[in-house]
Amino acid sequence: MKSTKDIAALLDEPACEHNKKEKSGCAKPKPGASAGGCAFDGAQIALLPIADVAHIVHGPIACAGSSWDNRGTRSSGADLYRIGMTTDLTEQDIIMGRAEKRLFHAIKQAIDSYHPPAVFVYNTCVPALIGDDINAVCKSAQERWGVPVVPIDCAGFYGTKNLGNRIAGDAMVNHVIGTRDPDPLPLTVQRAEIIIHDVNLIGEYNIAGEFWHVLPLLDELGLRVLCTLSGDARFREVQTMHKAEVNMMVCSKAMVNVARKLQQQYGTPWFEGSYYGITDTSQALRDFAKALHDPDLTERTEALILREETRIRKELEPWKVRLKGKRVLLFTGGVKSWSVISALQDLGMVVVATGTKKSTEEDKARIRELMGEDTVMIDDGSPRALLKIVHDYKADILIAGGRNMYTALKAKVPFLDINQEREFGYEGYQGMLELVRQLALTIESPVWEAVRAPAPWRDQGKNRLVNNG
Amino acid sequence: MADILKRNKALSVNPLKASQPIGGSLATLGFNRAMPMLHGSQGCTAFAKVFFVRHFREPIPLQSTAMDQGSSVMGADENVVEGILTIAEKSRPSLITILTTGLAETQGADVHRNVREFREANPEFADVAVVAVNTPDFTGSVETGFAATLTEIIRALVPDAKEAGTYPGKRKRQVNVLVNYMLTPGDLEALRDIFEQFQLRPVFVPDISDSLNGCLTDEDFSPVTIGGTPLSEMATLGDALATVVIGPSLSKAAELLAEKTGVPTYAIDHLYGLKANDALMCALAEISGNDVPERIERQRSQLQDAMLDTHFMLGQLRIAIAADADLLNAFVELVQEMGAEVVAAVTSCNVPLLSRIPVASIKIGDLEDMELIGKANKVQLVIGNSHAVDTAERLGTPILRAGFPLYDIIGGYQKTWIGYRGSRQTLFDLANLVINYSHEEIPVYRSIYGQKPASEITNYPQTCH
Repeated sequence: MKSTKDIAALLDEPACEHNKKEKSGCAKPKPGASAGGCAFDGAQIALLPIADVAHIVHGPIACAGSSWDNRGTRSSGADLYRIGMTTDLTEQDIIMGRAEKRLFHAIKQAIDSYHPPAVFVYNTCVPALIGDDINAVCKSAQERWGVPVVPIDCAGFYGTKNLGNRIAGDAMVNHVIGTRDPDPLPLTVQRAEIIIHDVNLIGEYNIAGEFWHVLPLLDELGLRVLCTLSGDARFREVQTMHKAEVNMMVCSKAMVNVARKLQQQYGTPWFEGSYYGITDTSQALRDFAKALHDPDLTERTEALILREETRIRKELEPWKVRLKGKRVLLFTGGVKSWSVISALQDLGMVVVATGTKKSTEEDKARIRELMGEDTVMIDDGSPRALLKIVHDYKADILIAGGRNMYTALKAKVPFLDINQEREFGYEGYQGMLELVRQLALTIESPVWEAVRAPAPWRDQGKNRLVNNG
Repeated sequence: MADILKRNKALSVNPLKASQPIGGSLATLGFNRAMPMLHGSQGCTAFAKVFFVRHFREPIPLQSTAMDQGSSVMGADENVVEGILTIAEKSRPSLITILTTGLAETQGADVHRNVREFREANPEFADVAVVAVNTPDFTGSVETGFAATLTEIIRALVPDAKEAGTYPGKRKRQVNVLVNYMLTPGDLEALRDIFEQFQLRPVFVPDISDSLNGCLTDEDFSPVTIGGTPLSEMATLGDALATVVIGPSLSKAAELLAEKTGVPTYAIDHLYGLKANDALMCALAEISGNDVPERIERQRSQLQDAMLDTHFMLGQLRIAIAADADLLNAFVELVQEMGAEVVAAVTSCNVPLLSRIPVASIKIGDLEDMELIGKANKVQLVIGNSHAVDTAERLGTPILRAGFPLYDIIGGYQKTWIGYRGSRQTLFDLANLVINYSHEEIPVYRSIYGQKPASEITNYPQTCH
């Protein structure tokens, strides 16, 4: 089990501004009134997209049984990550102290059956509580079978999903990154006139394959992505992350500890950015050029931005007419809302309120700046509170995580899913087209009128088919 | 009859099993104004919630005692009591169930004591029923968790006949129907219809057809279930004419109910296929004293007709089934009635029923086991949940989606499998899956002396298999 000290060290994240500011709503979860995942959930989300690794969940069935093969992340090749693996601990294992032994054999079985380049072992509550030493088991399994076995000590009760993200990032920094140098750049992809730069993206999950809207642009600019942690990643890519010239923290700060530690250990600079919306996508590309101090790259980046923005703005024109002025209630956590706000404002939509549960005072000031003084900030994310705001501010659509989807639909409110499990990719210039299509699809749907109107026989006096008089 | 092959590998790959707390939650969700609370860390609840939301496409009331590092090590009694109190204050439900997880059980929680303490300290919430159930995920499955929870709810909420003055038959039309986890909301609606045709009033315990059947209500939002068995009905179970129990997993719950009330029990394993439904109709005719209604007889003959039509496709078909025991048994009997062969039977955990399922062997294991056994036995069709879709793809067979969870189709939760009509539709569905499946097709042969046009020779169409 991780010690309280270890957990405190992970929670103390100097690169996160929440660390210094007083938080507005991060109280201890209240029994009987809590929502959200656990540290295991967070760690698994963060690393499962590494597609060729055998991901073993060490625990009884509930942890893996209800969660395997449950993400919208996509791989361009390897698909071992979609095979659910768990030690499925039984009562006997726990009472007789056989859980470690089972884990040891489980690792062997995974290696024998699937020949993965590495095995990740996720610790969960029960083995943590009974004192399984997964670090030792992983170490001896690695020595015995010669395949890297990485312990991720992420028992659910350690804390939140966010903590789990950090535990995952920490495990990568401590066990994987820096264990291999990148492949030499093949001659076929070298271009005489430009310098190829090596970069990483941290916190990019390639949901619904959306990063494939962006990757061609990076290729075109001569940015070799050594690794995206973790969307469509492979173990051998994660190993090389230390050799990047710059790291981009995508969207969320969930794995900011990775960026910070890579800076500490290898001096890699990092910046924060997003690929949601035209403005932010362009900004992210510019930030790469800026961080790499390559004037030629800057020039080519500006040319690419001009070309892409002109193209996409033209394609968006007919959609903008349809969406302009529509009112949005945006309920997403923390930094993610920034990029989405910018995307929506690009379309001329009005964001009437946004979630600030995970925001600092500083964030809130920036929200006011961007959205005006009257902006409603939502701390209470309960379904009832959200619906009240939808009604009070006449929002045309609720944009939130999948968890709130049926809250909205049951209240007959249009909805767009912005979270992990969604099936559509919104990143990059091209992703904007998918975003507008999905927005229009729900907002303009004829079903809202059909479900909101009462049955004709309830509407007394009107719609009488037969007039008795 | 069946040989039970126990788990013999360390790693479970592509698990079939879902946990006991999932089953316990599902049972709870079939009661009106109910709220299940899992005693464990937040993730236990979050995962279970996502599991149900994806299956039912409904908002799912589900809470957590939110155990953290401190309470996991030092004891989480307060979490339980505080959790009950918070839910009671916020939404005043009719029923709260406390379902333990592996974490709480390993720690040594005593939730029954916690509930007593809550009761003593908070007499103002006497009208909120609170039932604690031991449902650790290191043993059992959805099936056993569901059954255990139903048993405890009956123990807590059905009064003893002597004390309450109930007697069998006081309510001349009422039949209690204990239903297991495999009956969908669509099944329960169809079953209600069948009972009503016999002039009987069924009281389903629990009734997810009323709470998880995809209804739009005037209310925008409810923190607890809307619909489901009203708790007030629990006091009337002792006055019923009879109890019909569907699913061997509920035998203990049924025994307890009979013991408390003296109401006679009719046990039926499942409602798939001709024989099973004949048993139901005979029971209902006996209970009601009415003849089997003409409409039902007509449906029976329609099923018989469908059996004739589909036996060409289903006869000798080699089928793999992965499901919890009750469901496995139902499908085995259904497809065997059609002359199909079950060449791979995989289930999630060992229960008494397994030994009397009429197949040569049953593997306690996961979807990887089904894949390996299926492959060795040249399986032609797979029956399993949405996770098994990939398995079927690798095996190169079609799949009939059934069980929990079904997340890659719309309306799976609503499908009606039972009764003569539901069985008929299942046969059609099975037959349609294999009707165009050209596995037995004779490969094309082209004579070396043939005079076919030259274009055909260079561009042979690929044959299937």
